[in-house]
Formats: sequence, structure tokens, C-alpha cells
Amino acid sequence: MKILVPVKRVVDFNVKVRVKADGSGVETANVKMSMNPFDEIACEEAMRLKEAGVATEVLVVSIGPAQCQETLRTALAIGADRAILVETGAEVQPLAVAKILKAIVGRESPQLVILGKQAIDDDSNQTGQMLAALLGWPQATFASKVKIADGSAEVTREVDGGLETIAIKLPAVVTTDLRLNEPRYVTLPNIMKAKKKTLDVVKPEDLGVDVAPRLRTLKVQEPPKRKGGAVVKSVDELVAKLKNEAKAIP
Amino acid sequence: MSILVVAEHDNAALKSATLNAVAAAQQIGGPIHLLIAGSNCSAVAQAAAKIAGVEKVRVADATQYAHPLAEVLATLVVSLAPEYSHILAAATTTGKNFLPRVAALLDVAQISDIIAVQSPDTFVRPIYAGNAFATVQSGDRIKVITVRTTGFDAVKGEGGSASIENLQPATDPGMSKLVSQELTKSARPELTSARVIVSGGRGMGNGENFKILEALADKLGAAVGASRAAVDSGFVPNDYQVGQTGKVVAPELYIAVGISGAIQHLAGMKDSKVIVAINKDAEAPIFQVADYGLVADLFQAVPELTSKL
Repeated sequence: MKILVPVKRVVDFNVKVRVKADGSGVETANVKMSMNPFDEIACEEAMRLKEAGVATEVLVVSIGPAQCQETLRTALAIGADRAILVETGAEVQPLAVAKILKAIVGRESPQLVILGKQAIDDDSNQTGQMLAALLGWPQATFASKVKIADGSAEVTREVDGGLETIAIKLPAVVTTDLRLNEPRYVTLPNIMKAKKKTLDVVKPEDLGVDVAPRLRTLKVQEPPKRKGGAVVKSVDELVAKLKNEAKAIP
Repeated sequence: MSILVVAEHDNAALKSATLNAVAAAQQIGGPIHLLIAGSNCSAVAQAAAKIAGVEKVRVADATQYAHPLAEVLATLVVSLAPEYSHILAAATTTGKNFLPRVAALLDVAQISDIIAVQSPDTFVRPIYAGNAFATVQSGDRIKVITVRTTGFDAVKGEGGSASIENLQPATDPGMSKLVSQELTKSARPELTSARVIVSGGRGMGNGENFKILEALADKLGAAVGASRAAVDSGFVPNDYQVGQTGKVVAPELYIAVGISGAIQHLAGMKDSKVIVAINKDAEAPIFQVADYGLVADLFQAVPELTSKL
């Protein structure tokens, strides 16, 4: 069984993003970029399925500028076998990403697509669900446990009330939540090995996908600043302030 | 054109998040229809008909809707979509699960997690864990939207008198089924609708120590939450998590105990009206957003606070 893992290059989760002065977006020039953390979890899960003998090949794909090759090399260093970059300088929104991935699925015929539940830049939480819809496949989002057996997957999902387990028929799309696994550290020998693995580059046009955005961003602003920083010296002072000043408790 | 709001419920009662989604629909403007897909859910339909501002409640009552499986629910919503200009659901794990599927099947974008309506086609949504707000305009014929509940004050659950229409169930794609559920049972209020929340972080040390937070919570009628660090360490279950990828909350009072205040956590609680932070590390970032910071050992301060309330 082949597994496809889409990965996104995003501003590193430790970077405090700055909104550009002209309101056109956030500053991404000279900012540390990394693989979306949820996608890293997806790579790790695919590798564990391969190591358990469930999967035979792990294919990673990224969509974006040439620099996404670095992100793909990271995925190859985690252990993926092969990579595809769909190279474009354009803004690619979730629906277009799903259409590109559908085209890749058409070429590669994976039985399982595992990807992050959301990217930490636009926080959309859409791509996996949209891909499943376009393929007519079932989906299991926000996964904290994945078991594959007999042409189906049993997936435990993190939901608002706790956990639920669903069974879905393969082929299927799974999106990862934080507790699915803890991704391994990439070692130097594996980074060296990753450099020799195949990385193909295609364009969205080669796949026949129109990536024109459907949503227009009119402006990006800083959120209103919260005025904090006041300190109380004792529990008594805290209780008094909550009662009399904030009126937050009776 | 009309607006369809997909209600969230457990076949017995409506979830409060639906009332926030209806509030967003009211700001968009136009007749509001509420879809209840469930099984033996007539009590929910009756309650939904009383929601202020709802014109019609459409009910699909069939066993296949007993649990909101994305494939089954999306098929139903797509079959109704041509009648609507907007389709909304609360940005809960249920809404986030099925609604992008609806959008893709309609070949339209989804606008996720809106916190404000500027016009029927323009909305504000947080990006980068709430560190920036984007104003986005949709050119699609149907706007498919998830609503961040903290962005909209809930409409009243009483006073309305909507008509109720029964729908034929759509076909069941039969691709998925529910195997089991492990839902956290608690007598305390739900995190997303609680007036007061007491949250614990890594500083709690272990799950057992959450008892001192529970005692404080019970004194205040509060819900108990946690940071990602506390959930990852196994102190408490995943559904306690407040933050960018967990629950986004905005209670009247948020008490953060032993939480350092990573941006991912702040993203989930910084719209709270009053924030209290108790942490022994005076440098912890949580103090920068706290209205009242107390630098103290939580194991002494929290029981003392509980006893003095």
C-alpha cells in the first residue's frame, strides 16, 4: 500500500509573526520557515505504518515555490521514499490545493492520504476534508490513533466532547491531531541519504488544475492589543480586585 | 436569498454554539433556516423552532443521522445548497469536520472561523494563531462559513416561532461508521460556554494535582481547562485543551494556573474579559496579557484563593 503525505512550508511555529505596514499580509521575508508541525506528525505516522509493514511506499508532495524543496528534503530525511514538488509562485488556497492533490492521487493511486489537520499559517482546517470530498473518499479528521486492517481504517478522533472512534473504508483521507505521535528527530545520516532520493518537479498546469484564488484578502491587521501586566501582591488583594474592580465574582 | 445554519445537537438538546452561528447569520441578513439532521430528534426540532430570528426549521430525522458523520451530513447539506446564498455552522470539531466537504462538493471556498461580518460577502478571520486578522471577500455564489463562537453573542433560545418542515433523508454513502465514543463526563459547565474557566498548565506537575483546580472551579461554578503542555503530559484528556488547535474560549473570567502562556495558548483565551494568572515564574509571558497577575506558588495560592471565595 502506498501512502501520500502532503506537506506545507510555513513560518516556523516559534516565530512571532509581524503584520506588514501596508496591511497586505504578514512578513515572511527573512523569517525562519519549517514544515507545518501537523504535517510532520503525518510523515511520522506514515513512516510508522511503513515500518509496521502496512505500507510499502511513502510519497510526499508539497505545493509552492522552489524553497519547498527544503521541506520535502526534511520529509525524505524522516524517511519518505520519494517526493514531488508542485511548483508555483501563486497563492494556492485550500480548494486549489485539494484539486492539485486529487490530480496527484490520480497519477499515483495511494490507498491512504495522511496530512495535517490544519496549517499554522492560515489556520483553515479544510484541505483534507476537501480532498476526501473531491475523491469521493471517506475521511477521518483530527486523528489521535490510526489502525489499518482488512481494507479499512479504525481511527480515534479528538472531538469537543472527548474521543470517538470511527471505521472508514480505504482508500481514505486521515488528518492528524497533536497526540497522534511524537515525530522522530532527523539524524545527519538520514539527511545525507535524503539528498539522494528522487524529487520530481511539476507545475499546476501540468496537472490541469486552475489555482486561481476564490477568496480575496482585502487587508491584514494586527489584532487589538490587550492591556495586561498588572500585578497583585497577595491572594487577598486578588480577591478584593476581582470583587470590587473587575466585578468578575460576586 | 436565505441562509442555512446547520445545527449541532446530540439528538436530545441543541448545543449552545448553534446560537452563536445564528447570531452571525443575523448579521449577514436574510431569512434564516436551521437544519437539524438527527435521529429521534424531535425534541431538538421543537427547541430550535423557539430560537429568536429563525424562520424555518428543516428536520431530517433518520438513523443515518444519529451521529454527524461527515460523508452522510455533507451529502444532505449539498442537496439543500441550491436554495441558499450562505451555509453556516459553528467552528466546533463537528462543523470543521463536515463543512469543508460541503464546500468542495459545491466547488466553492470555505471561509473558516469568522469573527466578524463586514458585509454579506466580506468577513474577518484570525490567521497565524490569532496574531493577525485577515479581512477576506468571497466571489463564490454560495458562501460556506464556519463561525468562531466567541466572535458573536448568542441569540436567545426563546421567543421565536419558526415553522417545522420534515425532509426526506439523502442517500447514505455508506463509507464510514461510528465504532465507539469516550466522552468526558463532567458535572461542570462546558468549556466553550462557561462563564468562568480555571485552566492548568505544566506547572500543575501531574493529573492528581488538578484536584486543587477542580475545587476552585466548583466554588466558582467554573469549567476546567488546560494548556497543550498539560494535555500532552497526560494530566488531563484532550478535550480540556484551550488554544489555537484546541478550544477557543472567551469567558467572563479566565484563571490561568501554572501556565507559561505560549502564543498557541494565548490564541485560545486572550479574548476573555478578565484574565488572572498565577505562576511562580515572574517572567512567564502569561503575565503580559493578565489583568491580575499573582507571582506565587500555585500549590499555596490556589487553595488559599478557594478558601477565601
